[in-house]
Amino acid sequence: MLEVTNLDCIRGERKIFGDINLSLKPGTFLQVQGANGSGKTSLLRILCGLLAPARGEVRWQGANIRSLGEDFFTAVTYIGHRSAVKDELTALENHRINNGLAGVELTKEAATEHLGEMGLAGRENLPARLLSEGQRRRLALSRLLSSSTRLWLLDEVLTSLDRAAVTLITSVIEAHLKSGGMAVVATHQELNLAAGSFERLQLTL
Amino acid sequence: MLTMFRWIVWRDLTLAWRRRADVLSTLFFFVIVVSLFPLGIGPESQLLRSIAPGVVWVAALLASMLSLSRVFENDYHDGTLEQMLLTPQPLFLVVLGKVLAQWLVSEVPLALIAPLLGVQFDLEPHTLWILFISLLIGTPILSLIGSIGAALTLGLRGGGVLIAVLILPLYVPVLIFGAGAVDASITGGNIQANIYLLAAFFLLALVFSPWATSAALRISLE
Repeated sequence: MLEVTNLDCIRGERKIFGDINLSLKPGTFLQVQGANGSGKTSLLRILCGLLAPARGEVRWQGANIRSLGEDFFTAVTYIGHRSAVKDELTALENHRINNGLAGVELTKEAATEHLGEMGLAGRENLPARLLSEGQRRRLALSRLLSSSTRLWLLDEVLTSLDRAAVTLITSVIEAHLKSGGMAVVATHQELNLAAGSFERLQLTL
Repeated sequence: MLTMFRWIVWRDLTLAWRRRADVLSTLFFFVIVVSLFPLGIGPESQLLRSIAPGVVWVAALLASMLSLSRVFENDYHDGTLEQMLLTPQPLFLVVLGKVLAQWLVSEVPLALIAPLLGVQFDLEPHTLWILFISLLIGTPILSLIGSIGAALTLGLRGGGVLIAVLILPLYVPVLIFGAGAVDASITGGNIQANIYLLAAFFLLALVFSPWATSAALRISLE
């Protein structure tokens, strides 16, 4: 369970948002909405521990995430809008390395299968710089297929994805929620989820 | 725990191989800077022999500065570094993996080619051997300390110059004892003492710098 109490975020001299209180139970989907610059990315980066909040705290299973350190990271998958895809590496290498960094060892066969599921079949051995923006996004998101973490933090996941990919990602998130996972997603698009309980957080400027 | 370390080293070596030009430019820089001195000074073997240790070592410091500014830069821009900070393993392992790869790719070739360049300075075979050894022990210290500077200046404009200002002063002990060992083998001084001191610095850097680099990375990514 993820709990957030009295969270303030200050970037530069400006207060981006204040007094955010949240409590996320297993199986919950939280959609974070708000205008550009309202702090969606900052909130997600605070939730995964990359950014320190100005005030308040984020607790995971009752303990502050800043004291949990690496133990917390075993429970989290964060996909930011910079996709962590290396131009010089092939799609397959990118996928296996991204999993390796997250502590998941993938065989070539398993990785190929994931890429096929994400609609990248036949492009496994292409350098990532030859992929289109949407395909790079699909490649970055293929990490979700092998992820066994409880909490997913996804920042603007649906940008530059086509309709088929949005449906695919929706079903992956649904399966995650059904198995007791949680997801916090910052997006402007509406996701039609058939599973899990849906919550919404509106950030204002 | 070691699987992730292996992934990082393998990944960085693959990336370096695919971007060979970057690696080669550092090596050529080193070769050219060292070669300019005999050309500029002329064939006075006595003078050349006495400046050789300092020249080769200073060139090695400068060449390692060039490659260091790139250690974290690319990963920072494409978001991989964020993912590295979120790995379930201690961050210093990530840092050690990256530093090891950087050393293998950019510094070991310097140590390997240095004896060849030493011939231009009319050095004895025994001295060339000491030059190689001193570089082999000294360059990992450069990589380790340099990674702190690279992490601190991450994402700053003109970071390359800033790294030099921050880190070159910290290289001074390495320069003194590294060049000192080579010098001792020419003048008949105590080589061992210098090498041992270098090794001691290496152990010190190995313990402290990954920790400092990790802290600097966390600050840089906030």
